[in-house]
Amino acid sequence: MKIVVRIKLVPDTAAKVVVEDGQVTWGDAPLVINPWDEFAVEAALQLTEQHGGEVIALSVGEESSREALKHALAMGCNEAILVSDYVIDPDTQRTAKVLAAAVEKIGDVDLVIFGKQSIDGDNAVTGTQTARNLGWPSLTLVSAVPALDVDAKTIRIERAVEEGRQVVDGVLPAVLSIVKDYGEPRYPSFIGIRKASKAEIPVWSLEDLGIELPNVVVSWSEIMNPPQREVTNEIVQGDSVEETAAALADKLFAEKVL
Amino acid sequence: MDFNLSEEHLGVQKMVREFTQKEIAPVIKEYDRKQEMPSFILPRMAELGILGINIPVRYGGQGFDYITLGLVCEELEAMDSTLRVIMSVHMGLNSMAILQWGTEEQKQKFLVPQAKGEKVACFGLTEPGVGTDVAGMSSTAKKDGDDWVLNGEKMWISLATKADHALVVMLTNPDAKDSHDRLTAFIVEMDSKGVTTGDIHGKLGVRAGSTGWIAFQDVRVPDANRLGEEGEGFRIAMSCLDNGRYTVGAGATGLIRASLDASVNYAHQREAFGREIGKFQLVQQKIAYMVQSYEMARLLYLRAGWMKNQGVRNTRETSIAKWFATDASFQAASEAIQVHGAYGYSDEYDVERYLRNSKGAVIYEGTSEVHQLMQAGYALGYRKDGPLRKELPAYDAEFWQEEK
Repeated sequence: MKIVVRIKLVPDTAAKVVVEDGQVTWGDAPLVINPWDEFAVEAALQLTEQHGGEVIALSVGEESSREALKHALAMGCNEAILVSDYVIDPDTQRTAKVLAAAVEKIGDVDLVIFGKQSIDGDNAVTGTQTARNLGWPSLTLVSAVPALDVDAKTIRIERAVEEGRQVVDGVLPAVLSIVKDYGEPRYPSFIGIRKASKAEIPVWSLEDLGIELPNVVVSWSEIMNPPQREVTNEIVQGDSVEETAAALADKLFAEKVL
Repeated sequence: MDFNLSEEHLGVQKMVREFTQKEIAPVIKEYDRKQEMPSFILPRMAELGILGINIPVRYGGQGFDYITLGLVCEELEAMDSTLRVIMSVHMGLNSMAILQWGTEEQKQKFLVPQAKGEKVACFGLTEPGVGTDVAGMSSTAKKDGDDWVLNGEKMWISLATKADHALVVMLTNPDAKDSHDRLTAFIVEMDSKGVTTGDIHGKLGVRAGSTGWIAFQDVRVPDANRLGEEGEGFRIAMSCLDNGRYTVGAGATGLIRASLDASVNYAHQREAFGREIGKFQLVQQKIAYMVQSYEMARLLYLRAGWMKNQGVRNTRETSIAKWFATDASFQAASEAIQVHGAYGYSDEYDVERYLRNSKGAVIYEGTSEVHQLMQAGYALGYRKDGPLRKELPAYDAEFWQEEK
């Protein structure tokens, strides 16, 4: 079985994202592997541990994305590939086209696994858009894979949905997006860290993939910081507990809190 | 000169940091209060490979260098000294001694399971009546056929009640002219008949750790478990300290970092006179000293680690790294409490634990006073390190990482 996991480099969760001159920036905050993608890697590794096969980490982005790919390698992925001459923009349909072309170039892929979403854009649609480009089923919010038969090309998944758990049967090849319930991501192993530090990561261009990017259809017309909230403190006092409570209640009514 | 850490170093550092923050941070205060070692710690560190980090892969370890060991210790003690103490005794004082002095049979029998974390190791030198004056010990080993018979007691032994193997130093030849020739080192399996152990409670710090005593009553140890030559025990013990002190120095560096980070966070949060307290110069001074201490301690232990990698004798450099970092960590933790004010005096914040934990390392593995005497001795030309029969092997990446 061949599994591709999509890996994205994102600003650290502790980074303060602000708008400066109409552009989103997180200053010099460190960049890390998208935390949701770690769950995707965990799912892929568990599936190959159970059913055999290999896991290829795939990233589309700048050279710095190597760091996220190396993290995936250290966790146990067999290979990593970077498509680097396309800078991700908010238009996820373009990213999805690049990812789909890379999956086709890798060839014989049974599953493409995404994290539920990435913590920068929070769109949670790139996986499904990639599936659409590949013409494969998209199975989202997967919390477990109770059955998988690579030869028969069938898969059964459990989806974590608001109403509870939904069991869905599908066919391979397919695109999955993984939620936290799948299992806590493992730490990189020491042997994995060594392997990752020595790994050569091939870099593909759009030309290598034989595609041209479609025009941008989604763009951010105007971005601004949310207005700052004015917070003031006031201590409500009275001669007795009852008086204090009554004064507090009056104020809450006046502010339309109650 | 290259001050960069390698990708491998950074990867290990990040992984160990993640482990401590995810798995130890949520429970450490509770266990510190209970004066109990969390039962999951040793098996988890074994499973992750931390217990064999710098032992060659062929001996069951992970094949990283000595600098990595220092970085691991810094990360562990930045969370809690308990974790670093495990590495000091299991790795620094015991496993590395077997790597340095052990026969191939001893490496296969003891080092391999220790590096894999299947067996836990400790080190017994100190006695109820003997600390710094090592050569004055009274625990004995007497030859009886192909065995040695051990009697006596070792005290202040980390992991005494948890360990499967102990490396102990015993008096074997009280009549030797040179007091340094009186001792011999042995590897003792802790389930041997006549070995009893217990934990010591009521310690100032490292309360989530296991510190205890080991008593030997007519314990028979085969001669095959003798580490090094008869009469070589003192020199072996001192070489163990070169490695133990390295882990202590690197760990104390982590404790300085923890004090610094806690102080910086608090200085930003807490306000006084309408400003965050970080704006006050006397708070800044405390933080500046912590930064200075951290940078110096780090450079000193990394130099010692680099020398170990090169296979260069580093007794002097390790001593100064340990002396400086432990004194500085005590100072940094104390000042961190001062930055936190009254809150620092309670266990709501971590800094009071840092101070309690920091004091032990100023005493064990050579008191600060011993290190001062050593450094003065080197400077005055009174002290010189002679060659050892077996030196700690230099780090050879190929040999270390090869399966066999």
